[in-house]
Amino acid sequence: MNFMTEALAQAAFWVVVGLTLAGAVIAVFPRNIVYNVLGLVLALTGVAGLYVFLGSMFIGLMQLLIYVGAVCVAIVFAIMLSRPLHLEVPERRLPKVLMASIASFIFMVAIIGVNLRTAWKPAVERSTDWSVVTIGELLLTRYDLVFEVISLILLVAILGAIVTAGFSRRLSS
Amino acid sequence: MNTLSTYLIVAAILFGLGLLGVLQRRNLVGMLISIELMLNGANINFMAFNRFLAPEPAVGQIITLFVMGLAAAEAAIGLSIILALFRKLRSINVERAQQMRG
Repeated sequence: MNFMTEALAQAAFWVVVGLTLAGAVIAVFPRNIVYNVLGLVLALTGVAGLYVFLGSMFIGLMQLLIYVGAVCVAIVFAIMLSRPLHLEVPERRLPKVLMASIASFIFMVAIIGVNLRTAWKPAVERSTDWSVVTIGELLLTRYDLVFEVISLILLVAILGAIVTAGFSRRLSS
Repeated sequence: MNTLSTYLIVAAILFGLGLLGVLQRRNLVGMLISIELMLNGANINFMAFNRFLAPEPAVGQIITLFVMGLAAAEAAIGLSIILALFRKLRSINVERAQQMRG
């Protein structure tokens, strides 16, 4: 029975990893932008699953809420409001694609090589406190300045988005 | 399966695909999507180190939350810039946005 659960968990893990990578591939390669957004949704959902496997249900739910719920919907809005979808997309030029592929492949291989060649050592003393209560307490005590700064950044971002999108409309019409 | 290197490799692949997207695409929305992929790769790294190595497991989750907030702000600003650019140029191809080219 225990072996069964173990195998099932392992299978679920690889399914989640596969979904994430497939979503990332769909998000980058097709030339139709709607496919890209749907691939991004798939990849972000897979990443939320990875967070659950990493033991943090809270961050997984936040990932679903913020990324899939807010960012992806905002991107869909931008697609709807910007270019009409029936227009032809220009072909990609081969040299650019080739150079970009080589550059990012070298970067990826370098990162993976560093990962595999490093002997990672865990910290000597590790607390096992994962709870949301601790996160909330740290946010309001030790990290309160960062918390306030990120609130300010979000406020400025909202104002900036309104000003950028709204003023240009007034100017052009 | 559930080891540190698995997560790090998945994160590296996500980051590499995002980098490829930023470098090769000319659609601004597509570049924004790729940037979200790169941020998620970084987030997976934080969470994995947090799970397997860090002395205090709450700190990595807090960093991940902050990165999510920054990504939301970045998406809002980026999308409004895309809309403004589209109204001005009737196109969101980055290669046409070169009025400020030196």
